[in-house]
Amino acid sequence: MPAASVVLIIAVVAIVAAVVYYLVSTIFALRQITTGLDGAIGAVVEIIEKTVPVNEIVTSINQNLDAGVDLLEGLLVKKAGISDAVGLVEGLYPGAAAEGLRNFPDSREVTAPRIGEVYTRGTLTLARLGREAPIAAASPMGPALRNPPYGSAAARALYPGGRPERPENLPRSPVIGADSPEQYDPNEEVGGPRKRMPVAQEGS
Amino acid sequence: MILEWLGDAVLLLVVLPVVIYLLRGVLDAARGIVPSVDRITTAARAGSKDLDAAPLLLTTQTQVVKTIEAAANYGGSLDVILDDVKGA
Repeated sequence: MPAASVVLIIAVVAIVAAVVYYLVSTIFALRQITTGLDGAIGAVVEIIEKTVPVNEIVTSINQNLDAGVDLLEGLLVKKAGISDAVGLVEGLYPGAAAEGLRNFPDSREVTAPRIGEVYTRGTLTLARLGREAPIAAASPMGPALRNPPYGSAAARALYPGGRPERPENLPRSPVIGADSPEQYDPNEEVGGPRKRMPVAQEGS
Repeated sequence: MILEWLGDAVLLLVVLPVVIYLLRGVLDAARGIVPSVDRITTAARAGSKDLDAAPLLLTTQTQVVKTIEAAANYGGSLDVILDDVKGA
């Protein structure tokens, strides 16, 4: 066999070996990619499954909150009037008056009064009521000041020995008149302490 | 004979390097995709784990309904207790 043919065969074998090596390496890399994509697809499917009810639930929550906003806005405007309502909202959320009440487009043109000057005492009272209300038990500001189920506990603490009952015998109301058994003598009692009437016994 | 040697030289000096260059490029590209796919998988799994709290929206939904019902009850009572603003 001529030397040139031998070199040709060697060259072809070398080319084929190189092709095989690189292609096999590429196949392994593609398999790793496939495995990784399978994991990614599984996680994405989980995401899709978990987010399926989110749209419906969030829509429901928004509808309920919209109803609540409509209710509270309507009640506030009905009871306080559009001007004070806007002022109260502005007092609670500074800057909210510019947006106005949602169901009352005219409220955007209302000049919000300084509600602190109008509702100072009422707001303070409401704040105290809210602080002492049972719902305040879950307040981050701490437990309620008043314990609603045991509201009389503080009063009972004033009488550790038990609340005193009325005395058994109290002076009865004096009988007045010219024929009363105890006659009032101004000469004796003027300027002095009032004479206590005798205690009337039971059955007398 | 000269043509055979010339062909051998072309195979060894031209064809073989070109084949190796091209195949190495394909292999490097395939290997470069693997880390990216791994990062995508990690991110997707983390995102799926973050959504484990999504069922709590059902509790939120229930609580919102109860809250609005309570507000409606209070509102109804306040509507009876408080006088309307003058001119309303």
